[in-house]
Amino acid sequence: MKKTLADQSIDLSRRRFIVSSTVAGGGLALGAHVPFGIGSAEAAEAAGTEVNLWVVIRPDDTCVIRIARAEMGQGTRTGLAQLVAEELECDWNKVKTESVTVARNHASKRAWGDMSTAGSRGIRMSQDYVRRAGAAARTMLLQAAADQWQVPVAEVSVANGIITHRASKRTTSYGKVAAAASKLTAPDHKSLTLKDPKTWKVAGKPLKRLDTADKLTGKQLYAIDLRLPGMLHAAIKACPVFGGKLASFDESKIKGMRGVRGVVRVNDSTVAVVADMWWRAKTALDALPIVWDEGEHAKVTSASIAAHLKTGLTSDDAFADTNFGDASKAIAGAAKKVEAVYSVPFASHSTMEPMNCTVKLTADKAELWIPTQNAEASMAALSTSSGLPLEQCEVHHLDLGGGFGRRIGNQDVVRQGVAIAKQFPGVPVKLVWSREEDQTHDFYRPIAQCRLEAGVDDGGNLVGLHMRVSGQSINAFANPAAIKDGKDVRQLQGLWQKPGDAQIGYTVPNMRIEYAMRNTHVPVGPWRGVNTNQNAIFLECFMDEAAKLAGKDPLEFRRALMSKHPKHLGVLNATADKAGWGKPLAPGRYRGIAQFMGYASYTAAVAEVSVSSKGEVKVHRMVLGTDCGNFVNPATIAAQVEGSVAYGFDSLLTEISVQNGRVVEQNFDSYHIARLVHLPKVETVIAPTYDFWGGVGEPTICVAVPAVLNAIFAATGKPVRSLPLKHQGLTLI
Amino acid sequence: MVELNINGRSHKLDVEPETPLLWVLRDVVGLTGTKYGCGVAQCGSCSVHINGEVMRSCVLPASFAAGKRVVTIEGLSRDGSHPVQKAWAQHDVPQCGYCQSGQIMAAAALLRKKPKPTDADIEEAMTNICRCGTYQRIRAAIHTAAGSRKDGGSVIHIVDAAVPSSSVAAADNRDNAGA
Ligand code: FES
Ligand code: FES
Repeated sequence: MKKTLADQSIDLSRRRFIVSSTVAGGGLALGAHVPFGIGSAEAAEAAGTEVNLWVVIRPDDTCVIRIARAEMGQGTRTGLAQLVAEELECDWNKVKTESVTVARNHASKRAWGDMSTAGSRGIRMSQDYVRRAGAAARTMLLQAAADQWQVPVAEVSVANGIITHRASKRTTSYGKVAAAASKLTAPDHKSLTLKDPKTWKVAGKPLKRLDTADKLTGKQLYAIDLRLPGMLHAAIKACPVFGGKLASFDESKIKGMRGVRGVVRVNDSTVAVVADMWWRAKTALDALPIVWDEGEHAKVTSASIAAHLKTGLTSDDAFADTNFGDASKAIAGAAKKVEAVYSVPFASHSTMEPMNCTVKLTADKAELWIPTQNAEASMAALSTSSGLPLEQCEVHHLDLGGGFGRRIGNQDVVRQGVAIAKQFPGVPVKLVWSREEDQTHDFYRPIAQCRLEAGVDDGGNLVGLHMRVSGQSINAFANPAAIKDGKDVRQLQGLWQKPGDAQIGYTVPNMRIEYAMRNTHVPVGPWRGVNTNQNAIFLECFMDEAAKLAGKDPLEFRRALMSKHPKHLGVLNATADKAGWGKPLAPGRYRGIAQFMGYASYTAAVAEVSVSSKGEVKVHRMVLGTDCGNFVNPATIAAQVEGSVAYGFDSLLTEISVQNGRVVEQNFDSYHIARLVHLPKVETVIAPTYDFWGGVGEPTICVAVPAVLNAIFAATGKPVRSLPLKHQGLTLI
Repeated sequence: MVELNINGRSHKLDVEPETPLLWVLRDVVGLTGTKYGCGVAQCGSCSVHINGEVMRSCVLPASFAAGKRVVTIEGLSRDGSHPVQKAWAQHDVPQCGYCQSGQIMAAAALLRKKPKPTDADIEEAMTNICRCGTYQRIRAAIHTAAGSRKDGGSVIHIVDAAVPSSSVAAADNRDNAGA
């Protein structure tokens, strides 16, 4: 399936290219009123020479770098541009970016590679081929200059897009030689030597993002902002009980409401109202009498789900992914033992831009505008639900108002949008979910419990550890084929023995780590950090309980188990050092520490908290460290680290709970997302070892919460085993 | 019919007077910089200024704004030159950006009332949700806009993992050209 740049046909890279892609990222000011399709003035301004698929150079030396991955705030657009620019040696101040449309990628046999942006892969899985693309373009541009001057290419050099022939003191610029360069044969990308990251001048630097300006003036066009001539607006409601059905609705009751154009039975569980304004559609939908057939799950509650998960803590249907020695025996025979049960609730994605898309269908064309983490999956859903072949489908993927895993695989909103638009041929229909719909029809972070037992010997050494995770499986819901022999190892992410991605950082002589699948009727999916979130809370909080049992400092206790995991240990040490672990603290303040691994990056965190006599928890300072191998933009990494703390704080502040089979927390008055006041001062430690490429967007999220919980444990002497904090009479202030 | 003064221009709009101002701005006037996030006055994405006060337009009937001055993000400055916008650019605040119109409107209103806000003032006034978690830079950018502090924002240590004590602090005020 995957095609590398090196495989691509030279023909493509020779074409002179006029920007006609509909969602250009950089440089093109798309006003909120401007329907897609760029006017001739912009097209002329955007004209440039395609040196290769990734690099277009304009006569004024502007370098347009094409980006295939989605930008949802994580900074990949800027990071990938830095990597290309580093090898290209262009002038960073003249760099612009544009998005590759899925149609172009499809037509080019996926020459731009995978467009899916999930699993913190945006940089680490693209870095090699985008750097090679930049290097190939540079090679061709230098060759073109050398040809023009009739000198050996070895005698010309480039800096900031200015090519120099030292001997004759002649100079030219990328803009001047681009046309000639584009006619040359591209070098074999695999043969190119890439720069040592330690010598980088553009990549590796804390450069500002390329996509900030329009986000400060309201100009940035999100899919939800789209306005097309004749557009209609749809509001939607699915059965509030998952798995329930739409029995009937009484359309006559809303007939005659202003602006209403129709009621659509979207599928067997969903109804939509279409009107000339979204507010009118929503008002009519709220007035529409709907009868639901709530089905078999209408009595499910959080308590019944918890009881169901509890059975998995002791059942005999679990599988052990790790099993060294004899954990049960070692613990039974240990000098001291501790046992605990932890629980972590469902959480919602709550992207700030609610789920939405716009669909326009004609007899021979399906067009979709959508914020998506996977434009190819959106295209596939558009094609299957419209019944039109891919060639007649067009997806305009716009930069997202947040993704966090909600907008990857499940293209529910596309199928809905197409079903509605089918009733209005030729008319663009924008479907926008209300926040209530968004909160109650998410694919939630899975709920989980964990029973842990540990035994320590007289010397305070951990001799046995037993973890039994019981909880819902994402794969069972979304991708059952990924479960081999009934063993869903994905639910043990971060606890694996296998190195390189999400490996446990401890060596314990007797260790057993098991998973018992306990599914519910609540849809689940990847949520920033996915299963590292709950697994890090389970393991790292319990490590502090075990350290206390052993009478050891939590950092020393961990270090003793980490000699075979130097990278885990390295980032833990670096983080503890920056946090001043062991140094005196202001009175009433306590520290907590945690480390974990996910998405190929090693992470650690230290939190400083105080807890009042009324149980008010204040987090004052956090230091989070990551070894992501090589790093592309420290400022972006810091933004992602700070953001991951805020996102992770859901586990402290709030939960998705279930009553009568449906989600209780319908909006932000009951689903409490962290506000500015809740966030401590966060410091970011980047501790690179330069011999691999790890992710950035997700890895640090999982250590934030256990570090805070361990600090609370240090402050109160009471472990926090059930989240959110309110279950323990604690409040984050 | 409702008559509104938005960003200094008057508009006669054929909408039901109870329509929330947010949807009048977005779907009728076409000013989409003001965002829908919750519809229940919780997130602040829809923040606008009405007679100089920051308000959440998702719960205000259009009729409430009649005869008052409405300013949206598009009218805060002509060219992104409001001190808050400039400070936001300096600190590279936005991630996805979706909440930022509302954050900027809230910060601008705060600074009008309290030109030198303390951290406590900022915590009290800035209750808008940012799901991307840009809060640290928002706090720093407000201090910068107030002219009271230039540092702050992200604190970054790049260290050699093998030798934890050799560290470099790369603070904010990053410079594109200097890289
Ligand atoms: S949309 Fe108005 S406060 Fe959230
Ligand atoms: S920047 Fe994304 S919600 Fe604030």
